Amino acid sequence: MFDYEKLGLKMGLEIHQQLDTNQKLFCGCSCNLEDKKPDFNILRNLRPTQSELGEIDRAAFEEARRKLKFIYEAYNHDTCLVEADEEPPNPLNLQALELSLVIASLLNMKVVDEFYTMRKQVIDGSNTGGFQRTGLVATDGHLDTDYGKVIIENLCLEEDAARRIGHKKGAIVFRLDRLGIPLVEITTSPSMKHPQQVKEVAYQIGQVLRSTKVKRGIGTIRQDLNISIKDGARVEVKGVQDLDLMPQMVENEVQRQVELLEIRDELQNRNATVENGLYDVGGIFKDTKSKIISKSESVLAIKLNGFSGLIGREIQPGRRFGTELAGYAKKMGVSGIFHSDELPAYGISEVEVAAVFDFVGASDEDAFVLVADREEKAQNALQEVQRRAKIAINEIPEETRKALPDGNTEYLRPLPTASRMYVETDIPTIKISKELLSEIKSNLPELPKDKKIRIMEEYDLSEDLASQLVRVDKASDFEELMKEITIDPTTVASTLAYTLKELKRDGHDIDKLNIVIIKNTFNLLQEGKISKEAVPKILIGICEEGHSPEEAARKYDLIMLSEKEIEKIIHEIVSSNKKMIEERGSGAMGPLMGMAMKKLKGKAEGKLVNKLLKEKLQNKL
Amino acid sequence: MNYRGAARKFLESSGISIGDIIKITTNDVFYEGMLLDRADSKEEKNLVLKLDSGYNIGVDITEATIELVGKGEKPKIELPPLEIKEEDEKPNVSILSTGGTVASIIDYKTGAVHPAFTAEDFLRATPELLDYAMIKGEAIFNILSENMKPEYWVKLARSIADEVNNGAYGVVVAHGTDTMHYTSAALSFMLDTPVPVVLTGAQRSSDRPSSDAFLNLMSSVAAAKSDIAEVVVCMHATENDSYSYIHRGTKVRKMHTSRRDTFRSINTAPIAKVKEGKIKVVDKNLEYKERRDGPIKLRDSIEPKVAFIKSYPGIFNESIDYYVDKGYKGIVIEGTGLGHCPEDVIPSLERAVDSKIPVVMTSQCIYGRINMNVYSTGRKLISAGVISGLDMLSETAYVKLIWTLGQTEDLGEVARIMHTNIAGEIEDTSSLQHFLI
Repeated sequence: MFDYEKLGLKMGLEIHQQLDTNQKLFCGCSCNLEDKKPDFNILRNLRPTQSELGEIDRAAFEEARRKLKFIYEAYNHDTCLVEADEEPPNPLNLQALELSLVIASLLNMKVVDEFYTMRKQVIDGSNTGGFQRTGLVATDGHLDTDYGKVIIENLCLEEDAARRIGHKKGAIVFRLDRLGIPLVEITTSPSMKHPQQVKEVAYQIGQVLRSTKVKRGIGTIRQDLNISIKDGARVEVKGVQDLDLMPQMVENEVQRQVELLEIRDELQNRNATVENGLYDVGGIFKDTKSKIISKSESVLAIKLNGFSGLIGREIQPGRRFGTELAGYAKKMGVSGIFHSDELPAYGISEVEVAAVFDFVGASDEDAFVLVADREEKAQNALQEVQRRAKIAINEIPEETRKALPDGNTEYLRPLPTASRMYVETDIPTIKISKELLSEIKSNLPELPKDKKIRIMEEYDLSEDLASQLVRVDKASDFEELMKEITIDPTTVASTLAYTLKELKRDGHDIDKLNIVIIKNTFNLLQEGKISKEAVPKILIGICEEGHSPEEAARKYDLIMLSEKEIEKIIHEIVSSNKKMIEERGSGAMGPLMGMAMKKLKGKAEGKLVNKLLKEKLQNKL
Repeated sequence: MNYRGAARKFLESSGISIGDIIKITTNDVFYEGMLLDRADSKEEKNLVLKLDSGYNIGVDITEATIELVGKGEKPKIELPPLEIKEEDEKPNVSILSTGGTVASIIDYKTGAVHPAFTAEDFLRATPELLDYAMIKGEAIFNILSENMKPEYWVKLARSIADEVNNGAYGVVVAHGTDTMHYTSAALSFMLDTPVPVVLTGAQRSSDRPSSDAFLNLMSSVAAAKSDIAEVVVCMHATENDSYSYIHRGTKVRKMHTSRRDTFRSINTAPIAKVKEGKIKVVDKNLEYKERRDGPIKLRDSIEPKVAFIKSYPGIFNESIDYYVDKGYKGIVIEGTGLGHCPEDVIPSLERAVDSKIPVVMTSQCIYGRINMNVYSTGRKLISAGVISGLDMLSETAYVKLIWTLGQTEDLGEVARIMHTNIAGEIEDTSSLQHFLI
């Protein structure tokens, strides 16, 4: 564990949440993702351009250097000219703006007087125009946490990007279905100092969002994490899906920066340098056993003076400094690099390694990096490695990194500079009136913490149960059910709060359990046809076999028996255990009850069985 | 500055001007950023700030105080001059700019997209052009194409002639798309050119990364180096950034308000397609004038006072009479179907012809050929002296009449020239293939 305070750790969050609107932000298309095969493809190129301040953005320029082409998958009926960048945008979706005002108000933010739509240049192809449309809605809000108050700096309303599908013949394939779905981007100040606090704030913001009209499900909310330490660099980690992983991710990133700082110091000690030249070492590998190299058109090498041993040094669990260099190379389209710290390996022999050392004039203190690919690609890749290696001697670069499922991160692109924003001239500005704002403020949805307290009191639930209901986002379902059925609230609440979660954990497909099905199941209970204990089993039957609640109850033999039938079974049990009853007297009650419940579980209420059995036993004694 | 009323007073009394860094404090919040001007000139209440984050916002000053943080320099859209090395082996291609989307940038004062680039700026945006040719740039006008006038066509034609006579191997004209096909038709009639003259533009402004300007410019330079010695329009062929079409300047029309592939050859096929700098003829039977040596010939006298009237159900006689009474020298009437207008209007057209004003009939069908022999209305129009526009586009016929009246005032001669194929504007036959392509 690191001493975060001493390291000067600071973190901030950026949360993107899709809004649940009828139309997209700048066109009339619906906001649904498509699984159908696309009807046609559009082929496009993007280039960086001047912003209104006359500067070309650093990140934008790098994307252009990759000379990538983009294929956009489109549909005859679900794609329009706006999404295809063949028509100027329609006016801003006001439903989306109002929703963003609701969220801003819930987060105690100050709303701007006039909303400007901006163009944020993004030329990785994810937006057909080469920019994402975005606007600042509110600033300066706050949330209270156990670790102190956290400032919510900005809330922006923006359009979602196109969905990345994959690669095809040197082009990146995107689908236009997601492009233009309205979303809010919420940014906290980068002042959080404890990893658990980040997790708590992400959770709380999520709760606020869920109390409003936002989209639900995988991919509808995305969390990015800003991390920096005192002598390190600001890094933005994109796409942290699992809140529980956040603390781990912070720790791994801190480790990476601490290690990179040590590598920096060591490089400076050694007076390490990076030569600009590229060496064509193809001749050395003419008869190589390395499959990757023998298949490649060209093998190029660079020399890193004084880097020996450092490239193979681990900087995150399972990732080395060499992995960082490879991350930069991969952006130029190559599959990876070889470096001298890991060789001989991968079919590259000791003799070949020695020959490369010799060819580039490297000593024991130096290192080399190889790339085998088409010549131009290999060149570009190695130039990127040189660039990254040079930075390593001086500092840690500011980067956008991608969250990996194991809590590590990998290089995505440089952190964008502020000059990538200019005004969207096709959209008129919108004044936000005090009247609209006060109307929104007087109709705010109930926040989760308020809801918890209210349902505790209204339905006489335990605090634990009420807070779990809210946490798993089932409180509205609960209240809706309680309007229509007269079962005790605790049973209903614990089914929603715990049983469903358990079923999911056991691998059952609980998507089928919509509120109507759950209501029908509870109706059986209400009518006395099933026991409380039978409810989970019936729900499993619905998940697995697609039965109706009644069918499931029959199939699993869970329909309650009549008092007479229960008496009969109890009679049988008592008759066949005469000996034990004689021996133990009233002490036989426990074992007998056990036997009876085993036989009657789910078909009779325990209370009734107990009563009947007691009577029977008394008669016998 | 565009601020008015209270906002202006507020700024002036604080000694603050556009570009300054200011801090505005209202009841519960403050903002710090650069003061921008407003795009609309009626605003009295809201100031526009550009925050450090890059976002613009509007701030109501009604209950605000303002504080000057720092005097700012007004940002300029200015780049260091471009150095172009002279190289002998590459052909000289001139790019003349007239304004419009292909040559536009965001204007800080209004916040709107404005034509402001010089031709040199194309090269900064598209330095690859220099791999294909020695580029020389010149800005002729800086206007949106809807503001074009026949007089400007003449000025442009003369500038092109100068470029060609000064050794340009080909000329590219950057033009707004709205009236590009009027200009291309006008240049077709005015210039008898030994080298290609290529008009191009953009449907998505060149300030955006997805602009079609890049491909259009690259393809146009390739077209300017080709052996197609005509006035042509070179623009996206499809909605993909993959290839462009070269359209004959008299047979092309803007057919969509916003799509990249808006320009279509009408009643004919495109002359060629351009893919990755290579020219490929689309239809081998379609002839074109080939590159040759010798000077460019300029025939630039025109008579701009020509009316262009659309016929419609309910059109009034006065709509015709007005132009006759105002001394117009020619009328193009875009009729319905095969070339018709309401019978009520015919006496007014007859009166025009009697006043020595030629009247040319075209069709709002866009596709097809005028034939006034089929219905009685048509026959009445013929006997009133109306000249058939044949298979010419209405816009081309309008431009041609302006040009023809510059050559002669004689009605018979006007009719003869209108029916003579000068610049590929008339096809003898109507092919089955040339509809909606």
